Amino acid sequence: MKLTRRDFIKSSAVATATTAAGMSTAVQAQNIVTDAQHTQLQWSKAPCRFCGVGCGVNVAVRDNRVVATHGDMQSPVNRGINCIKGYFLSKIMYGEDRLTQPLLRKTNGEYDKNGEFTPVSWDEAFDVMAEKYKAALREKGPGAIGMFGSGQWTIWEGYVANKLMKAGFRSNNLDPNARHCMASAVFGFMRTFGSDEPMGCYEDIEAADAFVLWGANMAEMHPILWTRITDRRLSHPHVRVSVLSTFEHRSFELADQPIIFTPQADLAILNYIARYIIENDRVNWDFVNENVRFMEGNVDIGYGLRPEHRLELAAHNARDSAGARDIDFERFREFLQQYDADMVTEISGVPKRQLDALAELYADPDTKVMSFWTMGFNQHTRGVWANHMIYNIHLLTGKISTPGNSPFSLTGQPSACGTAREVGTFSHRLPADMVVTNDHHRRYAEEIWRVPEGTIQSQPGAHAVLQNRMLKDGDINVYWVQCNNNVQAAANLVEETYPGYRNPDNFIIVSEAYPTVTAELADLILPAAMWVEKEGAYGNAERRTQFWQQMVTAPGEARSDMWQMMEFSKRFDIEEVWPEAMLDANPEYRGKTLYEVLFRNGQVDAYGLDELNPDFGNDESHHFGYYVQKGLFEEYARFGRGKGKDLDSFDSYHQSRGKLWPVVDGQETRWRYNGDYDPYVEEGRKIHFYAQADGRAIIYAVPYEPPAEAPSEDYPLWLVTGRVLEHWHSGSMTRRVPELHRAYPQAVVYMHPEDARELGVRRGSEVRIASPRGDMHTRVETRGRNRMPRGVVYVPWFDASQLINKVTLDATDPISKQTDFKKCACRIEAV
Amino acid sequence: MRLFTILTCLTAFFLLALQSVASEGELDALRANVPLLQEPTPEPLYQVEDRSRRPVREYPMQPPTIPHRIDNYQVDLNANRCMACHARSRIGETQAIMVSVTHYMDREGNFLGDLSPRRYFCMQCHVPQTDAPSRVGNTFVDMSDLIRESRQRSE
Repeated sequence: MKLTRRDFIKSSAVATATTAAGMSTAVQAQNIVTDAQHTQLQWSKAPCRFCGVGCGVNVAVRDNRVVATHGDMQSPVNRGINCIKGYFLSKIMYGEDRLTQPLLRKTNGEYDKNGEFTPVSWDEAFDVMAEKYKAALREKGPGAIGMFGSGQWTIWEGYVANKLMKAGFRSNNLDPNARHCMASAVFGFMRTFGSDEPMGCYEDIEAADAFVLWGANMAEMHPILWTRITDRRLSHPHVRVSVLSTFEHRSFELADQPIIFTPQADLAILNYIARYIIENDRVNWDFVNENVRFMEGNVDIGYGLRPEHRLELAAHNARDSAGARDIDFERFREFLQQYDADMVTEISGVPKRQLDALAELYADPDTKVMSFWTMGFNQHTRGVWANHMIYNIHLLTGKISTPGNSPFSLTGQPSACGTAREVGTFSHRLPADMVVTNDHHRRYAEEIWRVPEGTIQSQPGAHAVLQNRMLKDGDINVYWVQCNNNVQAAANLVEETYPGYRNPDNFIIVSEAYPTVTAELADLILPAAMWVEKEGAYGNAERRTQFWQQMVTAPGEARSDMWQMMEFSKRFDIEEVWPEAMLDANPEYRGKTLYEVLFRNGQVDAYGLDELNPDFGNDESHHFGYYVQKGLFEEYARFGRGKGKDLDSFDSYHQSRGKLWPVVDGQETRWRYNGDYDPYVEEGRKIHFYAQADGRAIIYAVPYEPPAEAPSEDYPLWLVTGRVLEHWHSGSMTRRVPELHRAYPQAVVYMHPEDARELGVRRGSEVRIASPRGDMHTRVETRGRNRMPRGVVYVPWFDASQLINKVTLDATDPISKQTDFKKCACRIEAV
Repeated sequence: MRLFTILTCLTAFFLLALQSVASEGELDALRANVPLLQEPTPEPLYQVEDRSRRPVREYPMQPPTIPHRIDNYQVDLNANRCMACHARSRIGETQAIMVSVTHYMDREGNFLGDLSPRRYFCMQCHVPQTDAPSRVGNTFVDMSDLIRESRQRSE
């Protein structure tokens, strides 16, 4: 069912209303243009560029410019609505300071780390880059180069990066900014179910009787899913909404059960609920006996700080944080005994009445419950445990994998799932849930990539936080950042991020559409094409893979990240990147460039330009001479087919509003592990967690442990950081949209009016927020959308002029290596 | 102790400031072109525009911004203050703009008897505007301008 442009316009109800001449009548008014040749807009579909919800957007183009965007009525995700950011997508590409040519730091015509940014050609940019790469490879080997990518990369961009780094340069020092965002969720899924990503889908919302938000502020961060929850709650009065957080935010407007807890105490509350279910005899034994087993995890696992930090030295299991052993149900029950109401109320500040009301939503067999979480759980020094604990509850009650019963891990970025997780751009991963530490997985990847056995290194590379530390220590010397703003995003900017970028031994390349603080610390800036300036694909939080076409051309010399990586690979002879021994054993690779080995392999270049859709541009394919995106996607899709990660054919995604994988025989899977929906489930079984060898999901006994840092006499306040509705991440796109900028022009510190009064400051006062690591100036906000409890302050991180990550701590979950951006101690002083 | 900390911070600040690169901050208008390790004076809290003129939409489906203050408006499980003026049934009395007809449609596009609950939280799409100055301009072009150019070309 190929849709022509004309069909598309016809099929899109709202689209027709936008042609001013839509009401074409015989009478033609002088002040209205009705002639179709002037008013016709070219409409096509794309997923939104921002969060992990993955709303469908219709994009109107005229004269090579995007002139309008609106919610796609046909998208099952959002059915015609966008949030405020989504509605202004049409303007994100038009900030007047778009980067349009490569810029190299130079003094007197030569590269100089302390020089001024100077426009250079792509040729010169790649020459200097290649020289730095080759020197690092020659002198130190592949461990001296690194790359930091993104859950905002398109699927094929992430795939090219993965292949280029892990097979090409033979370095696993590749990580996405999704490490800051989703890593704890990934480890939770892998350890509990053996397969990443949710079992349910957004349709669970319309089937649920209760929603529980664990730390997630969906009203601001996942607004369109919030419209679906609001719709469900208000249309069906029996539905209940429980909102848990460390402060009161916009999602509390819909809360039947508002619950404020002390930071870190979510762990205790989760174990309380598990205990409540068991002690009140509400375990779903049929489900548990058939589908679940029990393990107990190592405790006292440290905080992912540098190994010499006193907290790491004191942690008994810092070196074996992921260790666990088999136990039985009775041991699990015994383990939970300590989490009685007295203990949990003391740790969390939540009264027993509230704890029981919450627990009862889960315990009641007649209430279908959907749990949501995102950064509250994931950005947590015990984030993997928190993920385990919520699955524990859903598994004990059997409330999983059926419509409306759904533990649902939300994602922050538009392709955190599609690109970072499914493509496996993490330092330990390969596509389709495979890992570099597994011999069979490496061999499988090498076969698909047509590279020699032993090409991929068996040790995990450096993860995001470790990359910054290694840059500072001079262990990684050449570093390419694409599609993210990590100087603003990473914790502990002054001590750990800045020194590495400015380390005289290091060469930093940043591919960006706009000047950001990360670009500013680069030695070479490469101008990037964005969103609909290239053909792309994203995968959203419900496993929906969505494609879009290139609709306009990028400005100036800006090029897509994919073009940049592939074109750069032409600068290397394979002899310059692979060791002699490997080439001696595989002489057929000699004499080829890295580009030829990785991309002219008979697979990536298998589809001709004749397969391009003639209605759209495709700058990369015309440059390389074949349908690059299709070749890359089809090669990539081989990883997951037959393994429960099946993707459909390339062409089908251009025609549909996305499909939820696994897609088997063209059919998507809405509820994984459920025999009624998932073709991978064993014949005759209702539920089957087939990705675990024994078909059983695992309940983990893991405890509450204290946070890495808590308020003290010198630093008496909790600092929580996060986002706001109007801005996306570091604001590099949304702050260039005037309406969004004026709606939320600068960051502030939200605090309790009494805390402000005690400090002698008031709304609007300038204050300094300080930790032992750094400080930042901002202004006090005691009103507005957030109501803070005493002793807790909230600062959004979108504002480049207020870099709150100067104050935050780079403690991570020791298992997932994901930073805890939600809790550290700080002090506030009047300025 | 505190004095010591401040002194340490100051010393560190000056050392780092000396090291900072000549062109740092040069490009980044969103940081007011201030080098990373320096702290700019934060912008003041800007006033929300009130009773301002109705905003122009740059494309028909752009959600209009809110041209007035909405401090302490209650929009929650119990009440929706916005709809007290902007509901179809209220505009005769208030002379406010009626919410778009799309706001009465459910997910499938059927018209309901009252506001669609999926549109209940107005501020997910409509936001007030402060008088904050722009840091960076935007070169978005209104389709009407492109149409005008296209007509001129064809004439």
